[in-house]
Amino acid sequence: MKFTEDHEWLRVEGDLVIVGITEHASEQLGDVVFVDLPEAGRSVSTGDEVVVIESVKAASDILAPLDGEIVAVNDALADTPALVNEDPLGKGWFFKMKVADLSALDGFMDEAAYKALIG
Amino acid sequence: MADLNRTALHALHLRLGAKMVPFAGYDMPVQYPGGVLKEHLHTRSAAGLFDVGHMGQVLVTAISGKQADAALALERLVPVDLAGLAEGRQRYGFLTNDAGGIIDDLMIANRGDHFFIVVNASRKAEDLAALRAGLPDYCDVAEVPGRGLIALQGPEAEAALARLVPDAPEFAFMDVGIRLWQGVELWISRSGYTGEDGFEISVPDAFAEALAERLLEMPEVAPIGLGARDSLRLEAGLCLYGHDIDEETTPVEAGLAWAIQKIRRSGGARSGGFPGAERILRELAEGTPRKRRGLRPEGRAPMREGVEIYASDEGGAPIGRVTSGGFGPSIEAPMAMAYLPPDLPEGSTVYGDVRGKRLPARIVPMPFRPATFKR
Repeated sequence: MKFTEDHEWLRVEGDLVIVGITEHASEQLGDVVFVDLPEAGRSVSTGDEVVVIESVKAASDILAPLDGEIVAVNDALADTPALVNEDPLGKGWFFKMKVADLSALDGFMDEAAYKALIG
Repeated sequence: MADLNRTALHALHLRLGAKMVPFAGYDMPVQYPGGVLKEHLHTRSAAGLFDVGHMGQVLVTAISGKQADAALALERLVPVDLAGLAEGRQRYGFLTNDAGGIIDDLMIANRGDHFFIVVNASRKAEDLAALRAGLPDYCDVAEVPGRGLIALQGPEAEAALARLVPDAPEFAFMDVGIRLWQGVELWISRSGYTGEDGFEISVPDAFAEALAERLLEMPEVAPIGLGARDSLRLEAGLCLYGHDIDEETTPVEAGLAWAIQKIRRSGGARSGGFPGAERILRELAEGTPRKRRGLRPEGRAPMREGVEIYASDEGGAPIGRVTSGGFGPSIEAPMAMAYLPPDLPEGSTVYGDVRGKRLPARIVPMPFRPATFKR
């Protein structure tokens, strides 16, 4: 699993990358009450705002970590946004994307580096 | 950040693991480890303890010692019936400016030989200035030094406080009184800002932590931060100063006309005589072009402060703006307040621009969740 400085995690599954937010991020956000997901099929560029998470406190953006195409989104979050708090690294995933080159993931932090970042 | 004020409960918040944020010049708990959602629901189902020690406590006393003198003097600044407020009773009111705008909203209690006023933390300086400038020389205005303020709110607040103050259940909604707890004077009122039954308790700083800890030992009482305080008051349809009301909004626009008793309105025995009376009395008679309304967005996406409201799903100019909005944990849905034309009927649909998308919302009456005050 890889991590971004925006507290997203990236996990490779076959030729897809699954994206979610870390436990640290989910704790900082507080109770999530709504997740605005992109449409499957959308092409995105690195840094595009693709997901908006609304918590009891505020709205936060999730940015596309890589160039690619969103191929699936986690529809379970529509009814149960609290999955982001309950299981951020598992059932609380946001979307799966197809990327041109999986080696681009090498540029992200590993778990040890991410842990050092959040102290 | 370095010179943030601290309430008497600051050390307790840290021990309880609160996440602290700056608020109105104070370092205040926004939430405890349980989180906003749980704290909100706990207050609705049991009892929540809130540190509101950042709020201002003010005494207004007539030098003559006659309470009627103080009441009539305060009525020059506040458009509510204070001469008719019985001893031991409290009333919601506001200081208005010459344009009819709201300088602050406040609670005013008649304590026999003076009035006890609780004001918003962020408005203390403006309130004291308005009181000192607007009251006659025969009234003394004094900020109460060295007292904290604790709110105990929720259906089990009465039972909890009754363990320390046996006659607490005899307080009716908006009753005030002084009681001794372990030899310490507690200034108690049966009121709050959550839509729940409950109490607000002014306590000397030196005893505030002991009182809070004694209450928190009780199984039904949990500490509640500013995050849940905001969602609770919003569900209750209550205004937050600086957001839903300010110097540019009048009480009539804000839907607070209920707080202006008949005796202060046109035709009343003590009609007018307060700053902005001309406009406020006219608006009471003729209405206003905008009014604070409740919105229930469809779906789950909250419409937060600043969201522009439109009459249709495309085109046109905004017809209003959200002043407070969020997610209501008890109603399990988003809710918002916005200033909108008053002629839009309840139940009609308007559209909020959320991140470039116009999402529908219904105009609904407030509160979003009915209050459970003990009358």
